Amino acid sequence: MTSELGAMKAVILRDLKSAVRQPSDLLNPLLFFVLVVMLFPLGVSPEVEFLRQAGGGILWVAALLSVLLSLDHLFRHDFDDGTLEQLVLQPQPLFLLVLAKTLAHWLLTGLPLVVLTPLLAVMVHLDGNSIRVLCLTLLIGTPVLSLIGSIGAALTLGLRSAGVLLSLMIIPLYIPVLIFGTGTVMAAADGTPVAGQLALMGACLVLALTLAPFASAAALRISLSNG
Amino acid sequence: MSEPLLQAVNLHCERDDRTLFRDLSFSILPGTLIRVEGPNGSGKTTLLRVLAGLNDNVEGDVLWRGQHRRHQREAFLQNTLYIGHRPGIKAMLTPLENLQALTAGRGQLSDQVLIQALKGTGLAGFEGVPCRRLSAGQQRRVALARLLVSDEPLWILDEIFTAIDAQGVEALERLLMTRVAEGGSVIVTTHHDLQVPNMQRIQLGVGDDV
Repeated sequence: MTSELGAMKAVILRDLKSAVRQPSDLLNPLLFFVLVVMLFPLGVSPEVEFLRQAGGGILWVAALLSVLLSLDHLFRHDFDDGTLEQLVLQPQPLFLLVLAKTLAHWLLTGLPLVVLTPLLAVMVHLDGNSIRVLCLTLLIGTPVLSLIGSIGAALTLGLRSAGVLLSLMIIPLYIPVLIFGTGTVMAAADGTPVAGQLALMGACLVLALTLAPFASAAALRISLSNG
Repeated sequence: MSEPLLQAVNLHCERDDRTLFRDLSFSILPGTLIRVEGPNGSGKTTLLRVLAGLNDNVEGDVLWRGQHRRHQREAFLQNTLYIGHRPGIKAMLTPLENLQALTAGRGQLSDQVLIQALKGTGLAGFEGVPCRRLSAGQQRRVALARLLVSDEPLWILDEIFTAIDAQGVEALERLLMTRVAEGGSVIVTTHHDLQVPNMQRIQLGVGDDV
């Protein structure tokens, strides 16, 4: 078991180091997130009432698209430089290593989005309780986005321009997470209890955590077989 | 007669309606070096990827120590080292960090051992330089440093002499010979004129379907 944990730690460390030394990949999704949220008051309406109503949804959609934007990089660099071949040939179970890669992806995209959220939520006039719930839903929701996305990224790896196909494949799977997420924030704004909806999101996370790494690992093997 | 490490049984591979190899059978015995030969596009890399377990789009069987490989994948992977023509070096990381990452899943090696291996491939003084600043040959050497710390009995090496200078080629030849003399098995593709005693050859692309 220790060799599995050691191998997972090495994968995470390598991805974090690579990303920190090449910050453009890291900042691009974050900048996108901030810009989309900033443009809504300018493009639609700066009314406090409207923003308070739509704010949760805007932030969720922006976060979702921002994660989607970063997905193509999840395995692409590793595929191009041969790191992925070495990953598949490690004696540890591949799904654990894929899980480690997905975790690193979340630490580099999902987590920074959650950290930025309170600031942007204040900008769209969400109240304190809504902001708390919004952060919580994103904290549970963004790992699900990364995990589901990893399946699509692995499947489209062999294709040269995978972006469009990846979006078309993954968006339908993201919709339930989006609906739960925004629904929870709206319920919080109305003052109704949200524990049930949060539990449902937690269930989504557990489901994705247990199934997605297996699917991604299988997809990676197929993509590499054709490489 | 010792037991073969890896056996290929009736391998048959087609790609883009072209037969790369058919009814290809051979055994890799301990203490042998096999060179896969053939012109560009004759399927050398494909064959090596099949043997390494990266490519499953092939008919026929691959046996590991006499048994089907898919039933003992872990044992196979633990005992095999594959270096492809894309060697798995991250441009943003230093040679030492790359080596740490590549060997992490294969036993605990101290940084001293890894630095020593880098020195052994002529990268002394470059341990802390990001790999993107290194030349193509130096980047290959980072990958080849893995050979110096490897205890896997089977090496599968694709085009390892690419971009390596004359001295490096010589050192690498010596390394392969020592390895084979110690009972390790090596299967390589290269266009370099490799001089190793008792070398076996597998010839690909000798037009049976032209």
